[in-house]
Amino acid sequence: MHMADALISPAVGGTMMAASAGLIAYSAKKLKNEMDDSKVPLMGVMGAFIFAGQMINFTIPATGSSGHIGGGILLAILLGPWAAFLTIASVLVVQALFFADGGLLALGCNIFNLGFFPCLIIYPFVFKKIMGSSFTRGKLFFATTLSAILGLQLGAFCVVIETLASGISELPFGTFVLLMQPIHLAIGIVEGLASAAVVLFIHTMQPEIIEGTKVSTSALSFKKVLATLVVLAAITGGLFSWFASAFPDGLEWSMFKTAGVEELEKPKNPIYGILESIQEKTAFLPDYDFKAEPEAAPPAGEDPAAPEPEEASWPAVSPGTSLSGIIGGALTLIIAVLFGFAVRKRKVVES
Amino acid sequence: MDLLSYRQTPVHRFDPRAKLIATLIFLFCVVSFHKYQLSNLFPYFIFPVYLVSAGDIPAGYIMKKIIVVSPFALMVAVFNPIFDTAVVSHVGHLGVTGGWISFFSIMTRFALTVGTALALIACTGFYGICNALGRLGMPRVFVVQLLFLYRYLFVLVEEAARMLRARDLRSFENRGRGLRVYGPLMGTLLLRSIDRAQKIHRAMVCRGFDGTIRITGTHSFGMREYVFLALWTVMFICFRLWNVSVLAGDFFVRLFS
Repeated sequence: MHMADALISPAVGGTMMAASAGLIAYSAKKLKNEMDDSKVPLMGVMGAFIFAGQMINFTIPATGSSGHIGGGILLAILLGPWAAFLTIASVLVVQALFFADGGLLALGCNIFNLGFFPCLIIYPFVFKKIMGSSFTRGKLFFATTLSAILGLQLGAFCVVIETLASGISELPFGTFVLLMQPIHLAIGIVEGLASAAVVLFIHTMQPEIIEGTKVSTSALSFKKVLATLVVLAAITGGLFSWFASAFPDGLEWSMFKTAGVEELEKPKNPIYGILESIQEKTAFLPDYDFKAEPEAAPPAGEDPAAPEPEEASWPAVSPGTSLSGIIGGALTLIIAVLFGFAVRKRKVVES
Repeated sequence: MDLLSYRQTPVHRFDPRAKLIATLIFLFCVVSFHKYQLSNLFPYFIFPVYLVSAGDIPAGYIMKKIIVVSPFALMVAVFNPIFDTAVVSHVGHLGVTGGWISFFSIMTRFALTVGTALALIACTGFYGICNALGRLGMPRVFVVQLLFLYRYLFVLVEEAARMLRARDLRSFENRGRGLRVYGPLMGTLLLRSIDRAQKIHRAMVCRGFDGTIRITGTHSFGMREYVFLALWTVMFICFRLWNVSVLAGDFFVRLFS
């Protein structure tokens, strides 16, 4: 579920990072208004609890595998949406830094997929609506399980969109969705049951912990649940189209971010990588053999989100380049490693 | 991992902000390549290699960690050779498909990004990173949250490990490992954690806690940091603009032909 840096493009990573950073800032502000100090250590310890909790497994009958809690919805129930979002975000930061579970650039994506959906969408719009004002065990069980499943489904769908928008993986949309959604449905059910078991236990032991966070007064009605689901679907759809339409902007932004730092003039155009490299090759090595095929510079600049660029990049590469690419690649790799040894040697001599 | 960050090498002594920003620029450059651009990626290995060797971090340890977390990237990347079978290049008589190139490209990126992230934390330490995040404008609440999480992570993990051992000792033939025991087990851990949080809070209030944790920072962003940052940034951008691998390869080929 955690996305890695290797599979995302800077456009997607940057956009999602901005989105998540914005959400963190907003949550922090929200929290500041409502918070008493005592929640600070509680959030920290709850984050640590998520780690510890993921160590404890239970066996799933008849399958031989085991499951554990996911955390998002459980935190939201215990801490409220804003604090839960910050806690999940912090858990993901630590996972990315120490366990290399999800990359640093992909952190924005992961926080969005695993934090935003369960804490800020599912919890207020599904869990609270189902719970209403009265807390019965049946409702609590149903609401927790359903929330965990829905949260994970949305998150998994978002992983698919982000991966495809990045254009690194070759998986077609349909196949990828069919791969991700059922797997995460199964995971979601397991997680949901686990979270429900924990929530029910807490409710039996110290009901005030769970009921203390209730605010909504509306009772459960089928109509409302249905309406919520429709809203949810609309949000997902809206997100999708936002992605599609915002893509060139995100791309421009990230190109600026990558290259614009040191006031380079060239990469201002939003054309992604390929065209740029073709330009340079023709400019810096004018007499080399792969300068031929001039049709390699298509007017793809208008629509970088379209799948054309992959096709366009290929005519420019000839066996000559790939040979020197291989040799050069090996060479630079060796140089890099030698450099490392050199640095280390020198240090040993110094010390 | 944290022990590594207590070493004293020139890399450890750099201001965490410089290292963090350099790493982010590095990551942006690495992932901004097109999926078929494999050779462009190799020069970038110099940055993690530099961090590891100048920071005196055991390289084998970092590599082991990279391999441990590689399955997910491998799982997604492995579909590329299956779906993308257009032959795009030849090595001798062997046709190389686009899928395989992008497969290796993904795996190379993976090694680069994960390796650098691990090297960064190994030569900076979590407190350093938090300090840098706070000084770069991350909300205070979030920085405090990170510090707290990190502080109690190991405490609670130890507690969970004790509970697990206790359950394992009492459950035979997989009886007692199901959901029925799991709920109360986790619930107990949760209640204990909440109790612990309340105790911590009282203890902290007694010592004058007002919502922020102050980290004593000995670092300052001086000339060395500017030079460090500028050098690496220029290097990354050069690697981004020119394919150093191909240039080196050309030079080599011409030398011998």
